[in-house]
Amino acid sequence: MAKPMFARRLSKELNDLAMNPPAGIDIIDANDFKVWRLGLAGAPGTLYEGEKFQLEFNFGPNYPLESPQVLFVGDNVPIHPHIYSNGHICLDVLYNHWSPVQTVASICLSLQSMLSSCTSKERPPDNAAYIKTARANPKHTTWAFHDDTV
Amino acid sequence: MEYEQAEDLDFADTISEKQQKKAYEVDFTVLPLSEIVATQSNSSNQVAGILGVTQDQAAALLRTFKWNKERLIERYMETPEEILEQAGLDLSDNHTSIQKRPKGFVCTICFDDDDNGSAVGLKCGHFFCQPCYEQYLTQKVAEEGECRRILCPESGCSVVVDEPTILKVIEEPIVKKYRKLQDKAYVADVDTLRWCPAPNCENAVECRLSHSSFSIIVPTVACACGSKFCFGCGLGDHQPAQCSLVKLWLKKCADDSETANWISANTKECSKCQSTIEKNGGCNHMTCRKCKYEFCWVCMGPWTEHGTNWYNCNRFDESSSTDARDQQAKSRASLERYLHYYNRFANHEQSAKLDRDLYTKTEKKMEEMQRTSDLSWIEVQFLKKAVDVLTTCRTTLQWTYAFAFYLAKNNMTELFEDNQRDLEVAVEALSELLEKPIEKEKIAELRQQVLDKTVYVGIRREVVLEDTAKGLAEGRWEFRVEPEKL
Repeated sequence: MAKPMFARRLSKELNDLAMNPPAGIDIIDANDFKVWRLGLAGAPGTLYEGEKFQLEFNFGPNYPLESPQVLFVGDNVPIHPHIYSNGHICLDVLYNHWSPVQTVASICLSLQSMLSSCTSKERPPDNAAYIKTARANPKHTTWAFHDDTV
Repeated sequence: MEYEQAEDLDFADTISEKQQKKAYEVDFTVLPLSEIVATQSNSSNQVAGILGVTQDQAAALLRTFKWNKERLIERYMETPEEILEQAGLDLSDNHTSIQKRPKGFVCTICFDDDDNGSAVGLKCGHFFCQPCYEQYLTQKVAEEGECRRILCPESGCSVVVDEPTILKVIEEPIVKKYRKLQDKAYVADVDTLRWCPAPNCENAVECRLSHSSFSIIVPTVACACGSKFCFGCGLGDHQPAQCSLVKLWLKKCADDSETANWISANTKECSKCQSTIEKNGGCNHMTCRKCKYEFCWVCMGPWTEHGTNWYNCNRFDESSSTDARDQQAKSRASLERYLHYYNRFANHEQSAKLDRDLYTKTEKKMEEMQRTSDLSWIEVQFLKKAVDVLTTCRTTLQWTYAFAFYLAKNNMTELFEDNQRDLEVAVEALSELLEKPIEKEKIAELRQQVLDKTVYVGIRREVVLEDTAKGLAEGRWEFRVEPEKL
């Protein structure tokens, strides 16, 4: 739950998302300033065209100074070299390259572009080992960002 | 005549200095926190004078160069602008980081659009409202422990927040934390410094040896707080074994510890009557309560063979492994060899712990002595001193077994094992003496015995350490490990 000083920021973000959502993004559930669920549609002309995904955002008390916890949930987790089958996403802006200027919308756009630039649908090479040992919160993982091209 | 006398005195001084420094000792100085702060400002003062900047600016520059003065001055002379940017510094005075919010200002962190109040921004032009900036910096300092390179909050902006701005924006308690982090970073950045690892100790130790020499020197240092540790790796004193060997050994112990654990649990059976025995004191001379059989805790052999002229408890009989024909027998022999050294290593570690318990017992003994004899408090200090020496020697013995495990079998090793055995015999003798109950009429005799044995044990330890340290420096030891691992 966000601190009061940041509640205004989340309510404005929610307003913006509802009024003019980025392409392919819709709000499924955002009743408080703690957990939001957003729908993300695969962009036309990409490997994920026609697919629907669900994202979960968890906001800590220090959001936006600290990044939210973001992961894919539901039955359909995109098959992508940077997305583990448990929904964890390997994307630097979610962890050590987070900046308080980033927003829910900007994260969604980063994820859209990550999906769109993918050339072959496959899981990360260490998927099996990772999901066995990973903790529920992806922010507890020490991420190494091997590849910035996809 | 007078001149000659002065020269004589000088000569005597150098001799005593030479006698004081042992081959296994290294030069070091203990620096309290105040001195760590003072050396930082000395360095920055000096650099400030050379580069013509303020002391705070010089400190910021030095921090980005890990306090390497020479490199900083050289690079600064070449490209001052680049270096200033790296350190997040702006030498011009017209730059003010805190301003009144312009008309139509919206903070992109909290989305506050009130024009009143102040905003903070750097030369990159990214402005945020002051409360958000303060929260951001507080988060970086207090939660993330960052003090070296705090970047502008804007995504992808790599402008460093300069120290004056940080100090203007954050609150007093966070400033303290920020300063503390800077001191920590200073000690971590400077190769010749290391924090004392003891809890609540705020001293650092300075040792000017190069880190590459730690393969042939074991740099044990002692902090003013009494804790003894290795300057090379920060672990407790592990003389005579060098850091790289200690690392190998500890890794091996962690790998094999489970196997070793069940074999050498805390209890053993009396080899005569099979009663289960728990060792509750430091001495290895055991007497079975039930059948009165006297034996050695380490090898379980009869004690009669230990007290007199032959004592082979510390030596692993290699000939038994030579007849190992197949792989299974070989691996069994290697495990056995490892266990031989591990058991002795662990035993001395355990005994050292028990000897520390002896402290409390010793204190009682000292009180008792003051009551039953005419010895004063000062005069019964010999017991405490003996326990101190005993624990130090146990730690040394402990690491001699890790050292011996990696030594190749040759004449040098045999000499080493002789020294090790002499120390071990002396330690066990002193340990046994300290456990004896006190008889009133024999106190004077006991005191003399303890004093003699304490001195002797200390000398035996010196012999072991002197020999191993010299051997390391001369490259005399042959290890069973590939040289690149050491």
